[in-house]
Amino acid sequence: MTTGNVLLFAAAFLACAVEMVEALTIVLAVGVTRDWRSTLVGVGVAALALAVIVALLGPALTLIPIQTLRLIVGALLLVFGLQWLRKAILRSGGYKAMHDETAIFERESADALGAPAESRAGLDWYAFTVAFKGVLLEGLEVAFIVVTFGSSQGNVPLAAGAALAAFVIVATVGVLVRAPLSRVPENTIKFVVGVLLTSFGIFWAGEGIGVDWPGDDLALLGVLAFVSLSSFALVRILRHERGTLRAVGIDS
Amino acid sequence: MRRLKAFGLFWYDFVVGDDWRIAVGLVAALGLTAVLVSLSISAWWLLPLAVIALLAESVLRAARSS
Repeated sequence: MTTGNVLLFAAAFLACAVEMVEALTIVLAVGVTRDWRSTLVGVGVAALALAVIVALLGPALTLIPIQTLRLIVGALLLVFGLQWLRKAILRSGGYKAMHDETAIFERESADALGAPAESRAGLDWYAFTVAFKGVLLEGLEVAFIVVTFGSSQGNVPLAAGAALAAFVIVATVGVLVRAPLSRVPENTIKFVVGVLLTSFGIFWAGEGIGVDWPGDDLALLGVLAFVSLSSFALVRILRHERGTLRAVGIDS
Repeated sequence: MRRLKAFGLFWYDFVVGDDWRIAVGLVAALGLTAVLVSLSISAWWLLPLAVIALLAESVLRAARSS
């Protein structure tokens, strides 16, 4: 397995796992407080919609010339990756609240309990729509990552396999635990995924434009190291600034 | 019309996210890299530096405004 394929598997697996944990919290909250049958139908329909998106987009992307594809995919991964990384750095620096699955579960449960009962097509419509939207929206980003990563690296099955492995693990643990997976280090995983997406984005967008990377494919590791170190440095700067502000606040 | 607007907002949020300046800066950096490459000037260094500069500007601005 090449370095690119290892990183591809890691990025798809981690991105899918962290989004699955978030979707699981929503599904558990509506399932426990409303109706499991309607919730699971919502999950199934959303999973089907995601499978259709991957099945349509995957082959369509392979028709685009590899140079153009890498530019498009690189640019998309850069905007996604920087969104993830920006939030992760602000969280690690103490400027944004950490993602808390237990708090989200409690809020979703309270909303579900307070929502009026409405039956459509024999389903609890609230449970169905919340589960459907939750899984579809959390899964959409993963579907894009799987399709774009897979097609650029020429290995959609590997990316899909990584996503499937994450799905099986999170779903199995979710069924066994029957509680939000608040122990999963989501913020750390998001940081890692942000670094990976941004690094791949820089490398592929550069390739798409026609940049000559020193060391060819090995340059990806250099980009990865540069993005990682820069991100850690930004976290340190933010923590230092926050510490200084606190000290000034205390002293004044 | 409302649904169309919601659809547009969803895609804007999905692709652009919290800081539109990053998206605009990325387009500019990609464009500048393409210009340098077309002039046969070595440009591999530009994209990594531009991306980190955009990220740093965005997080520091967000931190200072909070």
